[in-house]
Amino acid sequence: MNPASDLNIEYVAHLARLALTDAEKQKFARQLGDILHYVEKLKQVDVTGVEPMAHASPVFNVWAADVARPGLPVESALRNAPAQRDHMIVVPKVVE
Amino acid sequence: MAADLIHLPAAALAALLDANKISSVELVQALVARQQAVDGRVKAFNSLDEAGALALAAAADARRAAGQARGPLDGVPVGFKDVIAVAGQPLTCSSKMLANFVSPYDATVTTKLKAAGAIPFGRLNMDEFAMGSSTENSAFGPTANPWDLSRVPGGSSGGSAAAVAAGEVPLALGSDTGGSIRQPAALCGIVGFKPTYGLVSRYGLAAFASSLDQIGTFARTVEDAALLLGAIAGHDAHDSTSFRVEIPDYRAELAKRKGPWRLGVPKEFFGAGLDPEIGAAVQQAIAFYRSAGCEIKDVSLPLTAEHAVAVYYLIATAEASSNLARYDGIRYGHRSAAATDAIDIYAKSRAEGFGEEVKRRIILGTHVLSSGYYDAYYLRAQKVRTLIRGEFLRVFQDCDALLSPTTPTAAFKLGEKSADPLAMYLSDIYTIGVNLAGLPGISVPCGFTGGGLPIGLQVIGQPFQEAALLAIARAYEQGHEWSQCHPAL
Repeated sequence: MNPASDLNIEYVAHLARLALTDAEKQKFARQLGDILHYVEKLKQVDVTGVEPMAHASPVFNVWAADVARPGLPVESALRNAPAQRDHMIVVPKVVE
Repeated sequence: MAADLIHLPAAALAALLDANKISSVELVQALVARQQAVDGRVKAFNSLDEAGALALAAAADARRAAGQARGPLDGVPVGFKDVIAVAGQPLTCSSKMLANFVSPYDATVTTKLKAAGAIPFGRLNMDEFAMGSSTENSAFGPTANPWDLSRVPGGSSGGSAAAVAAGEVPLALGSDTGGSIRQPAALCGIVGFKPTYGLVSRYGLAAFASSLDQIGTFARTVEDAALLLGAIAGHDAHDSTSFRVEIPDYRAELAKRKGPWRLGVPKEFFGAGLDPEIGAAVQQAIAFYRSAGCEIKDVSLPLTAEHAVAVYYLIATAEASSNLARYDGIRYGHRSAAATDAIDIYAKSRAEGFGEEVKRRIILGTHVLSSGYYDAYYLRAQKVRTLIRGEFLRVFQDCDALLSPTTPTAAFKLGEKSADPLAMYLSDIYTIGVNLAGLPGISVPCGFTGGGLPIGLQVIGQPFQEAALLAIARAYEQGHEWSQCHPAL
């Protein structure tokens, strides 16, 4: 399989919610084709029976006490909101 | 006096503060003056709250006068890579996306440093969202290397490295996902230290690749790195990958650990692509350890050398595509003025807010996680990652630490690699394996090229054996005078 033609940039850009220009699509398709070609070499490695590794810290299943704790005050939480009104974030209408 | 302060290590500044030879206010004033004198050329800082720093310095001086100093870092300024939260200060990740973001809370490392009396001193430039190896990907313009202003400082923590090298601040924090502390430290001629994954809380660090990111330190000496590490390390309930481990007095441990050590030299890290001047400087460092009585062992890391970069760029971009989904233009960050509906807000805000490298990595990461490709790319990379960690742990059965170059070349020219992402990615070839395996690593200055550019020696340690790693690096540093070399600015 040819990794360069493997990458459907329109589809992936939609999945990533990223409005790319035509120039960006062309450039990324070429550059990421090179990178995908480079990573193809991982296929040479025998990974039979090898467990995947999600991270390197020897901790698993961390539990926290089910106790309410104070969070950010509303004013702080909304301080960086692009648009707000009455302690709520304002967005365009999403349902008719 | 003030001009003499700018290149002193933090431990020496702490001694002057304790002896009442200087005040913290005088120190901050000297650093502000230095920053104003050189940062127009170096461009390490995204912002600096001078009044806030002076107020904290005055409070530190009052504590010291009352006999209530909180320890060696009380009143000592520390720079912050612009990716770690300090409440009330900007946090931009050097991105247009967060150009106006102000942190609503402190990162855990910030809370700890404030408790130790340290003064947050400036927001330091970086590659956007820590994606890059040159600091050229900053939305606010590149930082220059203090040793040669036409060259890059490395990245992604290039502002932190350049600020410490240029005498603008004695200590700085950075983050290291694939070499982003060690590589710029090497290129700027200072000490850069990445702790074991899990030793330092990531709470309040804007996430790039969560399984690889680790906060670490920039300093002028290994002793200073030990001092700063001791202040920020330790378990934190806010970070579920943070590890419960005893935190020793790393600085005191330096004096107790004298060696000799068993040091491995991975032969693959000295092959094609390594600049001969860098190779020669590192070989001299190895000879120094041998003459000091250490046992030098030839070791081999074939999987790491051959596959770490590929594994890294699959895992890091996959995690980044997921982490950066939070920048949706709704709750915080840039929102496009041109958007008409919800999906349009996401797609246009992200298109306008993110720079090119960030977009490239989100696209790659989304692709390798997408249905039909997940097993072939992401899952396979995670399995090879297991093998790479195993390869390191096997080598460590016979070695206390590993020695290698930090980078294959010295600082490259601004613009030299920015058109070729793969060439840029390959400049991290010696540092990336350490992140995949979750190990601690340090870069210490080990000489200069004929053209006067700094060279870094990387020492890689066993998991959670920071005290031993720092002592090994310190032994080299004490036998040399590189830490007393400063750029002419």
